[in-house]
Amino acid sequence: MPALIAALEGMLGTWLTQFLLGFTALAALITLNAMFMVWFERKVSAWVQGRLGPMEHGPQGTLQTLLDVIKLLGKEPIIPAKVDRTTFILAPVVAFLPALVLLSLLPYSEDLVFTNAESGILLVFAFGGVSLMGVFMGGWSSNNKYALLGGVRAVSQNIAYELPLLLSTMAVVLSAGTLNISKIVQVQTAGGFGWFFMYQPLALIIYIIAATAETNRAPFDIPEAESELVAGFHTEYPAMGFAVFFLAEYTYMFVVCGVGAALFLGGNHGPWLPGPCWFLIKVYFLLFLMVMFRWTFPRLRFDQLMDLAWKLLIPLSLANLMVTALVIKLV
Amino acid sequence: MSGPSRKLAAYAEHPRTPEFAELRFGNLEPHLIEAPDDGTYYLNMGPHHPSTHGVLRLVLRLDGEKVIDCEPVIGYSHRAHEKMAERGLYSQFLPNPSRMDYLGGMIYNVGYCQAVEQAFGISVPDRARWIRTMVSEFNRISSHLLWFGAFIMDLGGFTPFLLAFQDRENILDLLDSVTGSRLTYCYANFGGVTLDLPDDFAGRAKALIETQRTHFETYKKLVTDNTIFRSRTDGIGIITPEQVHSYAMTGPCARASGVDYDVRRAEPYSIYSELDFEVPTRTEGDCLARYLVRFEEMEQSLRIIEQCLERMPSGPIGPDRPLIRVKTKPGSYYFTCESPRGQLGWFLLADKNPEPWRLHARTPSFCNLSAMIEVLKGTMIADTIAILGSIDVVMPEIDR
Repeated sequence: MPALIAALEGMLGTWLTQFLLGFTALAALITLNAMFMVWFERKVSAWVQGRLGPMEHGPQGTLQTLLDVIKLLGKEPIIPAKVDRTTFILAPVVAFLPALVLLSLLPYSEDLVFTNAESGILLVFAFGGVSLMGVFMGGWSSNNKYALLGGVRAVSQNIAYELPLLLSTMAVVLSAGTLNISKIVQVQTAGGFGWFFMYQPLALIIYIIAATAETNRAPFDIPEAESELVAGFHTEYPAMGFAVFFLAEYTYMFVVCGVGAALFLGGNHGPWLPGPCWFLIKVYFLLFLMVMFRWTFPRLRFDQLMDLAWKLLIPLSLANLMVTALVIKLV
Repeated sequence: MSGPSRKLAAYAEHPRTPEFAELRFGNLEPHLIEAPDDGTYYLNMGPHHPSTHGVLRLVLRLDGEKVIDCEPVIGYSHRAHEKMAERGLYSQFLPNPSRMDYLGGMIYNVGYCQAVEQAFGISVPDRARWIRTMVSEFNRISSHLLWFGAFIMDLGGFTPFLLAFQDRENILDLLDSVTGSRLTYCYANFGGVTLDLPDDFAGRAKALIETQRTHFETYKKLVTDNTIFRSRTDGIGIITPEQVHSYAMTGPCARASGVDYDVRRAEPYSIYSELDFEVPTRTEGDCLARYLVRFEEMEQSLRIIEQCLERMPSGPIGPDRPLIRVKTKPGSYYFTCESPRGQLGWFLLADKNPEPWRLHARTPSFCNLSAMIEVLKGTMIADTIAILGSIDVVMPEIDR
């Protein structure tokens, strides 16, 4: 392997080689994560509901998702006659592409960081906002009232929940004194300081709630509220268009949980196992929580969702931020 | 003139509405005629939609997400059951009633038999009456369980749906062992029931009641006490007692609005006067009240079943040979019983012929749905779904 990398570097130069390797690794991570998460979600839901879940293909149905992907690839990509063609085709791409950037910002271990940006947290939220455009484009261009309602709901929901998400992370940023995600992790691992969830439990709770809403997961899945809007913004998308939206959703779940793990749970910090293992364990623990939410709670109504964000979460996270600032100033 | 041709002549004399075409396309499909230019729009919800419970179609006029007006369109699963009744013997209609309301099939089946028995004075042995009551109550629980699951699914919670389906499955298995069918029963016949209870029935039924009670505890923790569930149902879709009366609402929906009327107690039929059970009522009239009333009703049904198991008399279960040709007596008859959704009435117009001249079923969902439409105005789409779910409509029963 090192010989191969050296040969590649000889041919392409160091920068291009690193880029290619990183890109390949991240693309693999996206696909594997989505495939694992679909299987994981189905198994957890089956466990909650007293069923078996997928059992047919592979041990415990592990190959089910792979075959699902093949099925989706084989389907005819229908573009309905009255949609806005360009926007309709672009929407899943716009929703999905920022995910690639976001994954490259996560600190998988101390030396496995694809982009060690100084303003890492801000970049996460900036690119996270772009994906919202994809959802809205899909809802708008579909020329379907359910899809439009879904798109509109998605926009207002994401704008409302980006604030508490940002404010709760800012409390951690203030405590750590840096926006760089890897450095925030280093602060927690440095001699006996402890992980941030011990100092910021309220911020962690707000972060998890807001992150669930930000990724449009139940009980905040009102943009695709199945029982109300059929399938919401992706009502008109068949085959791979739908699959790409799906892929984007699972990748964003991974990203918000990754940021949560890095900021609150000490990232790659942990005994015995190597760093990336601990990082993934923490991420999938948070993902497990999100999956459990989905299979436990009924859905909130649209205005109740807004009330929760504007009347409860934002004031709470603001107060939390102010208290944090005061304590830092005084101590 | 014999039956059918006489009837054709009668229909030919009936004055047809000249505005029939206008009725169909003028009133019911407003979105085809005019697009409002005041910022509102029409949303066509159904007949194919995840939460319209079958084939109900709602033409909603919306302002953003707010429902301004709502026009229900029904008739997508009309199968002319009442007409079928006129074209055959009384006994040939026996399989049909349970297909009208596929969730309360047993109660419809038993109800039809009781209507005919009452009309023509057919006697039913004691044991058959107790068995009928017991299986009807099992059927009521299974219907309420399905409603419970579907209602929570309308609110976005998926897990209770499957848990409730497992419970319902147990009841269906039990009824299957008695009747031989799982959903559309043809178990009762004139003068009794077709099959006796299997030997191990009492033990299985008691075990089922035990598990069911523990599962109700689980549902209480999982759903009833859930904050999100409460906020989605508390104070939503309030139906006043006046509306209940003016729309002739019956069943759990009426009892949730403080109207204390249950056919089983108001006009006791079969053996209900001998049984000890309560009729739960609430006064709030909102979705939560309808939910709680149904839950309490399931508990009361369990109590009825326990009493039936305890006091089940022995003896014959019906006539030795099935009664194919009923000896009719001209006249008009009405019999009413309590279905899971409210008052089920059978209106029977009989002449000397071996087939009914007219059989009309007064089904509860139609009235309940009409009342709901009034409540819908001014709510959000999500509330529309919640209210629709809380009413518990079964479309084939409305359309017949």
